[in-house]
Amino acid sequence: MTIEEVRQIILNILADIAPDEDISSIDDNTKLRDQIDLDSMDFLDIVMELRKRFNIEVPEKDYEHLATMAGCVSYLTPLLKNRPLASS
Amino acid sequence: MRYDTIVIGAGLSGLAAGIRLAMFDKKVCIVEKHVELGGLNSFYVRKNRTFDVGLHAMTNFTAKGVRSSPLGKLLKQLRFSHDDFRLCQQEISEVRFPEKSFRFTNDFEFMRQEVAEQFPDQIDGFNKLAEKILAFDELNLDDGERLLSQPVLESFISDPVLIDMLFCPLMYYGNAREGDMDFYQFVIMFKSIFIEGFSKPEGGMHYILHLMAERFKELGGELKMGNGVKTINASAGTVGSVTLENEEELDTVAVLSSMGYVETLNRCQPELAETGTCETGQVSFMESLFVVDKEPRELGYDRSIVFFSTQPRFNYKVPADLIDISSGVLCCSNNFKYPKPLEEGLIRLTNLASFDKWDSLPRKDYIAAKKEWRGRALEELFTFSPDFRDNVVFLDSFTPKTIKRYTGHINGAVYGSPEKIKNGKTPVKNLYICGTDQGFLGIIGATLSGISMANLHLLR
Repeated sequence: MTIEEVRQIILNILADIAPDEDISSIDDNTKLRDQIDLDSMDFLDIVMELRKRFNIEVPEKDYEHLATMAGCVSYLTPLLKNRPLASS
Repeated sequence: MRYDTIVIGAGLSGLAAGIRLAMFDKKVCIVEKHVELGGLNSFYVRKNRTFDVGLHAMTNFTAKGVRSSPLGKLLKQLRFSHDDFRLCQQEISEVRFPEKSFRFTNDFEFMRQEVAEQFPDQIDGFNKLAEKILAFDELNLDDGERLLSQPVLESFISDPVLIDMLFCPLMYYGNAREGDMDFYQFVIMFKSIFIEGFSKPEGGMHYILHLMAERFKELGGELKMGNGVKTINASAGTVGSVTLENEEELDTVAVLSSMGYVETLNRCQPELAETGTCETGQVSFMESLFVVDKEPRELGYDRSIVFFSTQPRFNYKVPADLIDISSGVLCCSNNFKYPKPLEEGLIRLTNLASFDKWDSLPRKDYIAAKKEWRGRALEELFTFSPDFRDNVVFLDSFTPKTIKRYTGHINGAVYGSPEKIKNGKTPVKNLYICGTDQGFLGIIGATLSGISMANLHLLR
């Protein structure tokens, strides 16, 4: 999976979690919660979606890596690099 | 086969919990004893008309795009769009007492203005109270020290009539306790009614409940209707299965029950040695529905909801008689901003009622008493509002006894026990509760209760 594909996966998850939110203009280096009003309940959903879709377990101590889009991509790309895109 | 979770009750909290669990691929089954969805916020059909029961309107209205509000959180967690709920806002509501009245809308500044006009010497205190309420964290699940509302309100407001007028809608729409209200519940209700406000879904509760049940089933959840839970089988402090009324036994890893705390523990087999002390709720209502042949506004009823007291002081407690006609709630379902008008006029009148009094009547006296007390409640209403009796084309009433029969809640207590189990835990390790006895009230509150208990105990 490429970096661009990993980014798209995060966008897909965000679109499911926040259907009323405009996610097309997300800035990769600004905190996600400052752009689309995510709270701790939503972060739990991101983590659970990653588990459900890719069987990836994100331990609680690593949640901080998911704060920005850039953080998500750099944290998840190594974990997803050998996966085909099909399951998204 | 073994379920991950059996959810007891297909009301809003049970359906919401079910959706959350099914969303993350848990094997979940909701069991409901009644043949209709909804529990305490349900609907029924008489003579081809569908009537909502439970609350008159949804509280907690916030506009599309507001995501940190209870409604916003709920939509996000269940992955609904704001448009899916088809919410139509109220026109204008009123709190009406003998000497004073104030109106309120979904814009809190309007109410602030009304209070300033009616109680000019109290507005500073009212504003300070509002500040305290806005800063208060009412959703904290930890049990802090008990704080009752009356002393808090008295520290800001010196006119007891204004205090009673603030209490009246908040108690009627969500207080399990007689006489006073836990302050965190007061804050929840103040925000949900005065700061956020009322709306109704186009299509009523019937629409919302089916929307949620369909979502649950699409996600792979199983729903068993008309089949209640006979026993919760918990040996050595751990649930292993539940047995339904038709003797079917369902194995499960955990149980989330919305049937009430005491009601749930009463079904545990073998019987629990220690159930702890938890009082059952007492507060219940009689409600009468009047279908009228005109739009209510043409009959002089232009408010969405009126909370009234015909006595100078408001008394929220189980009445000594069958009902207490001296205060009540009047709801005109038509007076919400629907895209097209409802087919018929509908006026609903709700009064505090005593379960024990209604329950002790023999069958034939029960029917006669419903008619008599409905008449008395109307007479009292007509002391300050126009008479609409000649325009009634259909009417029906239900009592605390009706509520008990269809929902199973002890005493027909619509707001559950005054002692809330905020963390949802029971003496049985993998048995949790959600719904009215967990602590979030109203339609939005019940739904959030199911969501938060599923998140806290069953999804981590």
